[in-house]
Amino acid sequence: MRIELTVNGVAREADDVWEGESLLYALRERLGLPGSKNACEQGECGSCTVYLDGAPVCACLVAAGQAQGREVTTVEGLAGDGLDPVQQAFVEKGAVQCGFCTPGFLMSTKDLLDRDPAPSDPEIREALAGNLCRCTGYEKILDAVRTAAANR
Amino acid sequence: MRPFAYDRPDTAAAAVAAVADRPDAAFLGGGTNLVDHLRLGIADPGLLVDVTSLTSTEIVDIDGGLRIGAGVTNADLAADPRVRARLPVLAAALLSGASGQLRNMATTGGNPLQRTRCPYFQDPASACNKRVPGSGCAAIGGATRNHAILGASEHCIATHPSDMAVALAALDTQVRILGPDGGRTLAFTDLHRLPGDTPEQDTELAHGELITAIDVSYPRGRHAYRKVRDRASYAFALVSVAAVLDVVDGTVLDARIALGGVAHTPWRAVRAEDTLRGGPATEEAFAAAAEAELADARPQPGFDGGNAFKIPLARRTLTATLRQTTPRETA
Ligand SMILES: Cc1cc2nc3c(=O)[nH]c(=O)nc-3n(C[C@H](O)[C@H](O)[C@H](O)COP(=O)(O)OP(=O)(O)OC[C@H]3O[C@@H](n4cnc5c(N)ncnc54)[C@H](O)[C@@H]3O)c2cc1C
Ligand code: SF4
Ligand code: FES
Ligand code: FES
Repeated sequence: MRIELTVNGVAREADDVWEGESLLYALRERLGLPGSKNACEQGECGSCTVYLDGAPVCACLVAAGQAQGREVTTVEGLAGDGLDPVQQAFVEKGAVQCGFCTPGFLMSTKDLLDRDPAPSDPEIREALAGNLCRCTGYEKILDAVRTAAANR
Repeated sequence: MRPFAYDRPDTAAAAVAAVADRPDAAFLGGGTNLVDHLRLGIADPGLLVDVTSLTSTEIVDIDGGLRIGAGVTNADLAADPRVRARLPVLAAALLSGASGQLRNMATTGGNPLQRTRCPYFQDPASACNKRVPGSGCAAIGGATRNHAILGASEHCIATHPSDMAVALAALDTQVRILGPDGGRTLAFTDLHRLPGDTPEQDTELAHGELITAIDVSYPRGRHAYRKVRDRASYAFALVSVAAVLDVVDGTVLDARIALGGVAHTPWRAVRAEDTLRGGPATEEAFAAAAEAELADARPQPGFDGGNAFKIPLARRTLTATLRQTTPRETA
């Protein structure tokens, strides 16, 4: 099938998409956007987080057909002229080791701060509960989220 | 995964006709369970009919409660001011489930119909009567930590994994259904079934029957939802309890209680309710209610140590949740 969708504000289409393909696969392999990562493919780790019509979802559990006609934002869409403040804070605070989880954390963090510009620590933890990191131990990530909140 | 077709018809009737026509067709809600199963190779539909845009995504006021469209996401439902104010047990149950990303996709129709998280059901190489009727049950004598203590059969000991469904089972909830022969309404507590000798059938829905909406009445009383799990966030329940207790002058006028993680259905705790109704809202009465509800509980031995621990855990969680619904001065 052919799918037509808006990705990072640009109308895109992909041909020969197989209905069983995930949105994640379509983004990475057909639309040249490898920023969203494929780790667990089961909705557990959040490294594939993108916005579907503005809300963060696990792209690995969205069938490509479900995204037909909808609006998708990936981590590639975060930066404008410069890095987004959330990206900047992750760099500043050293919240990245292997980096595999980072795109997902950036998307979840930005969504959190858009909804709640000054979240408490428990609120940050709950908002990021769907994102797993196997390297950092989360402390630097929490630092980065607090810094991003302060700098925005 | 074999190739399948994806369809997004315009009306609920067209979706019902499309699925009813083909034995291998399935409705697709948010996909957070079904797309996972396609990939795991435990669901194998030839046609997926996406119903999220043709069932209502609105929550509307009805007499004494709310009508929740089947397409309303778990995130939108938990955030609705009426749900937060008048159905806090439902909001709490929703927010205790999955993660933000998943709740943004998961739907009101799909959540109660999500399938068991029994690890043997999810592994195509294991014997499982639910997945392949007659093949046996690898869970019996296997790892049974997540398995049932109430209402299990010799054919299946799986539990229902949903948090939302536990709150809906405690509340006065009706399921609105559209089938090939027209509409019908089913009490939510009649939707799920015990495994018996047909564990392949989770619910009373026939093939092609679509949930279009769920009606919930506002109960009187104070609400609590408590979920016990292996880690503090983002895990399925070992045991959960939804309770609404209407206490006036220290007497329980009405009790609505359901348990999660203990049975093939969200388990309405009728015995505990009967024990409490008309009596005092005291610690002793709560313990007696929990005792009555778990009287018939049976542990499942397993190589992981089995799940006998869940019986006292359920009893204590039930008592603690009832305590939580009761203002301190009467407790
Ligand atoms: C990592 C992870 C953790 C999770 N943790 C929890 C948790 O802690 N607590 C919890 O409760 N849940 C949890 N979940 C499960 C999640 O809540 C469910 O997957 C979700 O609610 C299913 O809803 P859906 O709309 O995505 O259903 P789908 O996957 O679209 O569908 C599920 C089933 O319902 C059928 N269906 C869908 N809509 C309709 C309809 N309108 N009428 C008739 N049939 C329909 C489908 O055919 C399918 O059989 C978790 C899931 C994941 C992946
Ligand atoms: S408990 Fe039920 S779902 Fe699990 S393996 Fe046995 S039959 Fe299958
Ligand atoms: S890859 Fe999607 S949640 Fe892990
Ligand atoms: S930095 Fe490696 S997984 Fe998070």
